[in-house]
Amino acid sequence: MTSSPGRAARSPLTFRQKVSRFDYTYSPYFYVAPFFILFGLIGVFPIAYTLNVSLYKWHLLKGQGDFVGLDNYVSVLNDPFFWNAFGNTISIFLLSAIPQLIVATVVAALLDQAIRGKTFWRMSILLPYIVAPVAVTVIFLQVFNQYHGPIAGILELLGLDPVRWAFDVFPSHVAIATMVNWRWTGYNALLLLAAMQAVPRDVYESAMLDGASKVRRFWSITISMIRPTIIFVVITATIGGLQIFTEPKLFDGRTNGGSDRQFQTIVLYLYELGFPRRDFGRASATAWILFVVIVLVGLLSYAATRAVRTADEKRDRTERAAVRSNQGVS
Amino acid sequence: MTAIITPPRVTDSSSDERQTAAESRREKRRRFYDRPGVLTYALLTAFFAGSAFPLWWSFVISSRQSSDTNLVPPAILPGPNFLSNAAKVFDTVPFMLALLNSVIISGAITISVVFFSTLAGYAFAKLRFRGRTGLLLTVIATMAIPTQLGIIPMFMLMAEWKWTGTLQAVIVPGLVTAFGVFFMRQYLVDVIPDELIEAARMDGASMWGTFRHVAIPAARPGMAVLALFTFMASWTDYLWPMLVLGPRNPNVQTALAALSAAGGQNPDNAMVLAGAVLSVIPLLILFFVAGRQLVAGIMQGAVKG
Repeated sequence: MTSSPGRAARSPLTFRQKVSRFDYTYSPYFYVAPFFILFGLIGVFPIAYTLNVSLYKWHLLKGQGDFVGLDNYVSVLNDPFFWNAFGNTISIFLLSAIPQLIVATVVAALLDQAIRGKTFWRMSILLPYIVAPVAVTVIFLQVFNQYHGPIAGILELLGLDPVRWAFDVFPSHVAIATMVNWRWTGYNALLLLAAMQAVPRDVYESAMLDGASKVRRFWSITISMIRPTIIFVVITATIGGLQIFTEPKLFDGRTNGGSDRQFQTIVLYLYELGFPRRDFGRASATAWILFVVIVLVGLLSYAATRAVRTADEKRDRTERAAVRSNQGVS
Repeated sequence: MTAIITPPRVTDSSSDERQTAAESRREKRRRFYDRPGVLTYALLTAFFAGSAFPLWWSFVISSRQSSDTNLVPPAILPGPNFLSNAAKVFDTVPFMLALLNSVIISGAITISVVFFSTLAGYAFAKLRFRGRTGLLLTVIATMAIPTQLGIIPMFMLMAEWKWTGTLQAVIVPGLVTAFGVFFMRQYLVDVIPDELIEAARMDGASMWGTFRHVAIPAARPGMAVLALFTFMASWTDYLWPMLVLGPRNPNVQTALAALSAAGGQNPDNAMVLAGAVLSVIPLLILFFVAGRQLVAGIMQGAVKG
C-alpha cells in the first residue's frame, strides 16, 4: 500500500513527501480518535465507574463512604422490591415483545405485496414512532383513564365493569405494554418488510410452481429467510424493553411505579434507590445487575428464536419425507 | 486540489442502476407475486386507524373541553378551544423556553454526532491503518452496551462540574454514539468507490482534502438520515434530561411531564393533551418533510445492519 521501499532508498524524501507520508499514515487515527476519546468519557467511563461506586456505601449528597464489597449487591438481591420490579419488567417486556413481533410480521407481509400507495402506507405505520414516550404516556393516560377515557366508555357501553388500569397489576402492565406496542410496531414492521423485500422472488416462483400454498410459502420461505432480521428485532426489543422507564414513571407521576409498586420496573427501582432515596451504592449495584439481566435475557431471546427455527426445520424435514414416501407409494 | 472527479456523477449513475434493478424487480413481482385483495387494504386501514387514532383524539380533546374525554362513542370532531387550551399550557409551564432548549440540545447533539460519525465512519470504511479491524469491532461491541446504566457516575460528574440545570449537562453526554459511527461506516463502504480516493491522492490531495471534497459530498444522503434519527432520539429522550434539568430550565419532555403532573388529582385533561399535541408538532413537521427518508433509512439499515 505505501510507496515502494526501493524508491525511498534511492533518494531521500523531500519535506513535502514526508509530510504527505505522515498525513497518509496517521490521519486515520486523528479521524477515529475524537470518537474514542469522547465515547470513553461519556460511554465507557460511567459504566466502569458504576462498578466502583457499587462497592461502597455512597450517598447522593454525602458522597463516598466505607468500602462494603458486595454488600450492596446482596442487599439488592435480598430486597423483595427488586424482585417485584424484576417480575414487572419481564411481564411488561413479554406483553410488548410478543404481540408486537406477531403484528409487525403480519403488517410487513401485507405491505410486501404489489399494493397501491406504497409510500403512503409505509409512512402511515411509522407515524407513532415520532411521538416521544412522554407524549405517548400523557395521551394513553387519558385513553386508559379508569373513569373518563374512551376505553372506559366502551366497557360501560358493553355493560362490563370498569378496569382499574392504574391500580391492578395485570391491567397496568397491559396499558404500559400497549404504549410501547403502539410506538414501536410500525417501526419493526418496516425492518421486517425490508428483509422480506430482499428475499429473491424466484424462490417464491419455484415454490408456486411446486404447488406450495400461500400460507405454506409464507411460513417456509418468508419466515425462514428473514430470520436474521427477526433475531435483530428481538434482541433490540430486549435491550430496550428491559430498560423501560418513561412509561411506567409517568403512568402515575406521583409515585415510582404505582402506589403499591404494581408497575415499578427495574430502571424505576434503580431511579428510586439513587435519587429519592439517595443511595448511589445500591443504585449502582442495581445497574450492574440489570446489565447482567439484559445480557442473559438477550441470550435467552436469541436461543428462543433459534429454537423456533430448528423446530420448523425438523417439521419441514418430516413433512418432506412424508411427501416423498407418499409419492413412492402411489 | 478541489478539481477532482465530481462525486455527483458517481452517485447519479449508481442510483440509476439501482432504480432500473428495482424496476425490473417490481415488474417481476407484478407478474408472479401475490396481488393484494380487499382484505389487505382493510387490515392496513385498520392498523392505520389504530396508529392515528390516539394522536387525532388528543388533538380533538385539546380543542374541546376536559369533560369530553368520556363521550361514548369517543369525540372525533375538533372543537373551537385549541388556542385557549394551548394558551393555558404556556401559562402553566415555560413551554417557549422548553421548545428553544430542545432545539438547542437536539441541534447541537445532531451536529456533533453526524460530524464525528462521518469522520470516523469514513476512516473505517475507506482508509487503511493498523488496528482498523480491532477498533471497528470495539465500536460494534459498544453499540450493544446500554449507556443508560451509567447515569449514577454521569450525574456525579455533572454535579462535580456544577452543570446540573444547564443545557450542556444534556448535550455533552450525547456528543457521540457508537451507532452513528457504525451507520456511517456501512453507508460509506458502498457509496465511495476506492478508485475515487486513489485518484484524489494521485492528484496530490491531502487526506483532509479528500475527506472534504470526495467523502463529504458522497456521504451527504447518509448524513441526512443519521441526522434525522439522532435528532429524533435526543428530542424524545426523557430519563437523563429529567435527572439534570430543573423545572426552571426544562426541555419539551420535562415540561410536558411537569404539565401532566400540574393538576394533581384533577388535571385539566384538555390542557394536558394540548401540551402533548404542541410537543409533537415539531417532529410532525419533520415527519411530513422527511418521512420518506426516515422510512428509507430504517429499511436500508435493516438490510445492511
